[in-house]
Amino acid sequence: METLWFIIVAVMLTAYVVLDGFDLGAGIIYLFAARTGDERRMVLRSIGPVWDGNEVWLLAAGGTLYFAFPQLYASSFSGFYLPLMMVLWLLMLRAIGIEFRAHIDDPVWQGFFDVVFCVSSVLLAIFFGAALGNVIRGVPLGPDGYFFEPLWTDFRVGPHPGILDWYTVMAGVVALVTLTAHGALYVAVKTEGDLSRRARRIAVMAWPLQLLLTCVSLIATYYIQPQAMDNYKTYSAGLLVPVVVLGSLGVIIWAATKNKEKLAFTASSLYIAAMLVGAAFALYPVVLPASTDPAYSLTIYNSAAGHHGLVVGIVWWILGMLLALGYFVFIYRMFRGKVRLEGQGY
Amino acid sequence: MESALLVHRLHFAFTVTFHYLFPQLTMGLAPLIVVLKTLGLRRNDETYNQAARFWARIFGINFVLGVVTGIPMEFQFGTNWSHFSRFAGGVIGQTLAMEGMFAFFLESAFLGLFLYGEKRLSPKAHCWSAVAVFLGSWLSGFFIIATDAWMQHPVGYERAADGSAQLNSFWALVLNPWAWWQYAHNMSGAGITGAFVMASVGAFYLLGRKHVEHGRIFVKVGVVAGCVFSIVQLFPTGDGQGRMLAQNQPVTLAAMEALFTGQPGAPLVLIGQPNVPEKKIDNPIVVPKMLSFLTYRRWEAHVHGLDEFPQELWPGTIPLLYYSYHIMVGLGTIFIAIMVVAVFLLWRGKLFDARWMLWVLLLSLPFPYIANTAGWMTAELGRQPWLVYGLMLTADGYSKTVSAGNGMFTLLGFMGMYTVLGILFLFLVRREIEHGPLAATSAH
Repeated sequence: METLWFIIVAVMLTAYVVLDGFDLGAGIIYLFAARTGDERRMVLRSIGPVWDGNEVWLLAAGGTLYFAFPQLYASSFSGFYLPLMMVLWLLMLRAIGIEFRAHIDDPVWQGFFDVVFCVSSVLLAIFFGAALGNVIRGVPLGPDGYFFEPLWTDFRVGPHPGILDWYTVMAGVVALVTLTAHGALYVAVKTEGDLSRRARRIAVMAWPLQLLLTCVSLIATYYIQPQAMDNYKTYSAGLLVPVVVLGSLGVIIWAATKNKEKLAFTASSLYIAAMLVGAAFALYPVVLPASTDPAYSLTIYNSAAGHHGLVVGIVWWILGMLLALGYFVFIYRMFRGKVRLEGQGY
Repeated sequence: MESALLVHRLHFAFTVTFHYLFPQLTMGLAPLIVVLKTLGLRRNDETYNQAARFWARIFGINFVLGVVTGIPMEFQFGTNWSHFSRFAGGVIGQTLAMEGMFAFFLESAFLGLFLYGEKRLSPKAHCWSAVAVFLGSWLSGFFIIATDAWMQHPVGYERAADGSAQLNSFWALVLNPWAWWQYAHNMSGAGITGAFVMASVGAFYLLGRKHVEHGRIFVKVGVVAGCVFSIVQLFPTGDGQGRMLAQNQPVTLAAMEALFTGQPGAPLVLIGQPNVPEKKIDNPIVVPKMLSFLTYRRWEAHVHGLDEFPQELWPGTIPLLYYSYHIMVGLGTIFIAIMVVAVFLLWRGKLFDARWMLWVLLLSLPFPYIANTAGWMTAELGRQPWLVYGLMLTADGYSKTVSAGNGMFTLLGFMGMYTVLGILFLFLVRREIEHGPLAATSAH
């Protein structure tokens, strides 16, 4: 039962990163790819009807995490106190950047929110990457299952690391580059003309860096968490993950240079999903490793809610998920196709 | 450690108070927009559609603020109240996760469709998307109330070996009688805000002789809905909640009424200042025996006073609790008076020319917000010193690893951020009101 909920939470978080990832990425390339007012409006329209729904995946995943693993929620949220609060501020700024920009047709007003939107997107991508880096690297958990991490200590990976050290900063950069390419491909799919071409070129230019960082991050992970390989040794099916990672990377560059943006975007989604599945697979059954003493690590067993609650949850979760998928299919069909500017509404 | 507790309490109190300014309008306006859309469909009158679109624009701005200030609420369960989360997550994780799965997905999916999809949808389908947004926002409200109701009146749980509370009956949690009274009371409170805001904007147009046709629709829909919600707020919902309080939290009732001495035939204090050290009310104006009657339906019934409970179980801030409660009830009574008179004038066909009444409606705008806030303060202060009534003290629930200094840092950050958000909100809404119902919908 705990394993099932581990999978569910992992899948929801992955869905969040893949979905909100493209609108974060659209924000990252926004100032560079979209030069004219019309192009900027096109980018915003391409994410306008869906970004809020994408972000709901974060809330729903957070809620599900709280429900299934309350101890993990309590421990990690209080331990990552400062960066989480900053993530909240960035999410707020980004949301009003997107939503309030269009209300006043004035270059100063719009210029301000353009920068807010882009900068908050960049920082969020880095924060999310660093957060994942922290979870993989481990945190200084005490025997009571709590910890508090300062923003940084000496930038080294030790028993008492900060939120930011070389490993987590690297993870942040990986996330930034990955989401840049992901968002660029999305914009390339959803728009036409110069904007679409420029976005595709950004994805192509980011690719070598993405390949390099993927390899570096895998090696670095092995270096700081050698036991991350244990699950791969036990269950060789897990070796499919790196194959999918590298394969989808290959498809991205091939499709992007051949003007098959849709295929490239799909491959990019697959790449992100495979990276995250790989991380979850390596961690299982630990959900928050302790850098202090492995005995203090939080696992799915010592952080899960009671059995009855988990069983009941399956029933409503399946119902809720079916409904949510229904809405999503419906909304994406309503707003399918390339974004155009003429006419009212999206 | 004392001060860390205070910082975490202020942190939650500040962010949730600011947050709830927006959902109450979201939940209050959503059914009214459905009414406008339905009237537009039925009467085939474009004026109603314009009215609906106007309120949808304000709804959209308000909704964004509700969402962005709502995310921190879910986070704070873990960040600032981690010991509480560890204790109660096995139960209230259910309702909070269900909010995400059932309400947020529904709301966010159809809001985009409703705000920007009018051209792509048939009028009927567009009306249905408004219904979906309405349902989503009201479902969201239910799950939050069910969570709070569990903290007020824990049911459907058992204690696990490590002391934490774990769910043992899903239906007991969802059908918690406390939740249903509180939900009804809270939603009609939100309805009052929506109705007063709509009537107030309508009155503004009529007084300024602008957009008269739309203004009349706003006033009409606003006062009719306002009248219904104001009355329901008092009876049966307010009354039902009061009696549940008498049954389950008698010490809270005693503190709200500042009844220091338990007595048969207890009086109802209308005005007066609680003097806690001397255990009396200064300058009281009372209705004799009224409290006994309202609580137990008998003039001579004994009502428990604070003296019947150990002082450490008294809610910590009796004066603030007392004032919150009295402000809520006082304003609620005034709302009924305003709306009954307004509906009477509407019925006689005199409302749109009764400028004094339009002025009253215009100026009443802030008061539902104050009443709703005071109501929530009554509920949450009244629960003290408990975080989960009878199970966990507030002093045991906050994040022990997050120091007062870190908490203060983010509290100040939120204060700054919310000041900016509040100014932006007022600025944008004022602009929409100035542009009026005939302005073209601005999309991205």
